[in-house]
Amino acid sequence: MPDLSEAVADPLLRIEGADKVFHGGVVALKGLSLDVHMGDFISLLGPSGCGKSTALRMIADLLHPTRGRITWTGSHSTQDLGVVFQEPTLMPWATVKQNVWLPYRLRGKSFNSVQDDVLEALKLVGLEKFQNAYPRELSGGMKMRVSIARAMVTRPKLILMDEPFAALDEITRFRLNNDLLELKQKIGCTVIFVTHSVFESVFLSDRIVVMAARPGRVIRELRVDAPYPRDEEFRTSPEYAAFCREASDALHEAMELAA
Amino acid sequence: MSLADENTPITPDAPDADELARMRQARFEKIGKWTLPVIVMVIMLVAWDRIVVLNEIPHYILPGPGLVIETLIKDWPILFDALLVTLQITLMALAVAVLGGVGLAVLFTQSRWVEMSFYPYAVILQVTPIVSIAPLIFIYVDSRLAGLLLCAWLVAFFPILSNTTLGLNSADHGLRDLFRIYGATRWQRLRYLQLPSALPYFLGGLRIAGGLSLIGAVVAEYVAGTGGIGSGLAFRILEAGYRLNIPRMFAALILIAGSGVVIFAGLSFLSHMLLRKWHESALKRDG
Ligand SMILES: Nc1ncnc2c1ncn2[C@@H]1O[C@H](COP(=O)(O)OP(=O)(O)OP(=O)(O)O)[C@@H](O)[C@H]1O
Ligand SMILES: [Mg+2]
Repeated sequence: MPDLSEAVADPLLRIEGADKVFHGGVVALKGLSLDVHMGDFISLLGPSGCGKSTALRMIADLLHPTRGRITWTGSHSTQDLGVVFQEPTLMPWATVKQNVWLPYRLRGKSFNSVQDDVLEALKLVGLEKFQNAYPRELSGGMKMRVSIARAMVTRPKLILMDEPFAALDEITRFRLNNDLLELKQKIGCTVIFVTHSVFESVFLSDRIVVMAARPGRVIRELRVDAPYPRDEEFRTSPEYAAFCREASDALHEAMELAA
Repeated sequence: MSLADENTPITPDAPDADELARMRQARFEKIGKWTLPVIVMVIMLVAWDRIVVLNEIPHYILPGPGLVIETLIKDWPILFDALLVTLQITLMALAVAVLGGVGLAVLFTQSRWVEMSFYPYAVILQVTPIVSIAPLIFIYVDSRLAGLLLCAWLVAFFPILSNTTLGLNSADHGLRDLFRIYGATRWQRLRYLQLPSALPYFLGGLRIAGGLSLIGAVVAEYVAGTGGIGSGLAFRILEAGYRLNIPRMFAALILIAGSGVVIFAGLSFLSHMLLRKWHESALKRDG
């Protein structure tokens, strides 16, 4: 079938009409459809309770959709997925490098065989000096970096992030936003990023999926057509402000729909 | 424990009133923790001694502390042998309680079926007073040592079982999700997530179980009664009681109490060493 769609590469992940109805009839998601392409940085933006985490958990195969389908193209395995939650979720009894080792360890790889990758990941997030520290010795921002290093250590195709920076102060958050973009560029992965913050979503993503609650659904998809790498200059540019206004309007619309 | 207490950042300015009060409080706690109990003990001993001397109480009713110490030294060969027997049973029972408690807890968390079927019976065993089961045990169990062990184990295993079960089930939810996403096997989840999460709970149970296994060993020996060779401290107390050798009863009592304290302190130290790197309970509070 030599038609136009052949020109576009197959998506990495395709979500088709996914619904999620929880026990008690809560419709957490209704008709979610989304194509995720290699290299995308997609933000899910929406008010609390609109099903962002639910969507992410379905992609991670922690939940099954009530209706609809989620399909991976090509050979998919857990190898292709990294996750970062809102909390750093580190093992308090393990050192930083043991925490980063975890995804490999669960695949049966000894520390020595993947030591280079672990140290490389720690270097990428700027924590190679703290490899032998315990999580409690780190600040909130540093813990989050460890969590990101752990998600990236296996060089997964797709990284899922659920409000990873929501608990951090604004300065740390800005710095981690910059670092995240840099990291994504370096390892060339795809990111699906859940956030409440208009500014964060515009700065980071090339696609913003705006969602509304009750029932959780997509109401609009915005493109942020600004080239990467983006830096502090982008943050103060007029086009950034324009994108933010657009996203902010969409978010307000979503909130009114729910009200 | 270490000199690291003085690690608070030192500013060139003099500490303010709050800080001074906090330091005073800390110093008081540090010294008072040891000196106050010692002072209380000295007062008690002196009072005990005076009461005995002034009222001219005969030593077969209440011996003074001096006589008790004397007896402890004089009867040391007998008492020390008995102490070894009691300690042996206590420690063996504790070891079996650890194996049994942790083993059952792991089994329970691996299978809801097993847990639902057997947990109620573990509770029943625990709430039934050991003195009421012990006579039956000694009827059916031929070996005296095995009987004593069984009694001590029955008393000691439950806190380990219940604490470890709680700990295995209280692994962080985010980490559990993470393990699922990364495709961890059941064994990996147990080994790398649940067992480390359960460690602080287990150690809490272990400290209780240490005391309980001593109690179990002593109570069981009371029930078992005369046993010829290989008698423990409980038997020596009974025996001394029959002979109205009250000072020796006190001396044996001191050894039992001392053993309990040493076991508790040892287990607390073990717990501290295992957790000090990462667990909240072992961290020094600042401020
Ligand atoms: N396990 C569950 N059982 C029942 N209802 C659930 C469950 N998980 C989520 N929900 C409901 O589904 C809806 C969407 O939840 P979800 O956590 O996906 O929202 P969210 O967009 O991530 O919100 P937030 O921004 O506050 O994290 C909510 O109304 C929530 O109450
Ligand atoms: Mg959420």
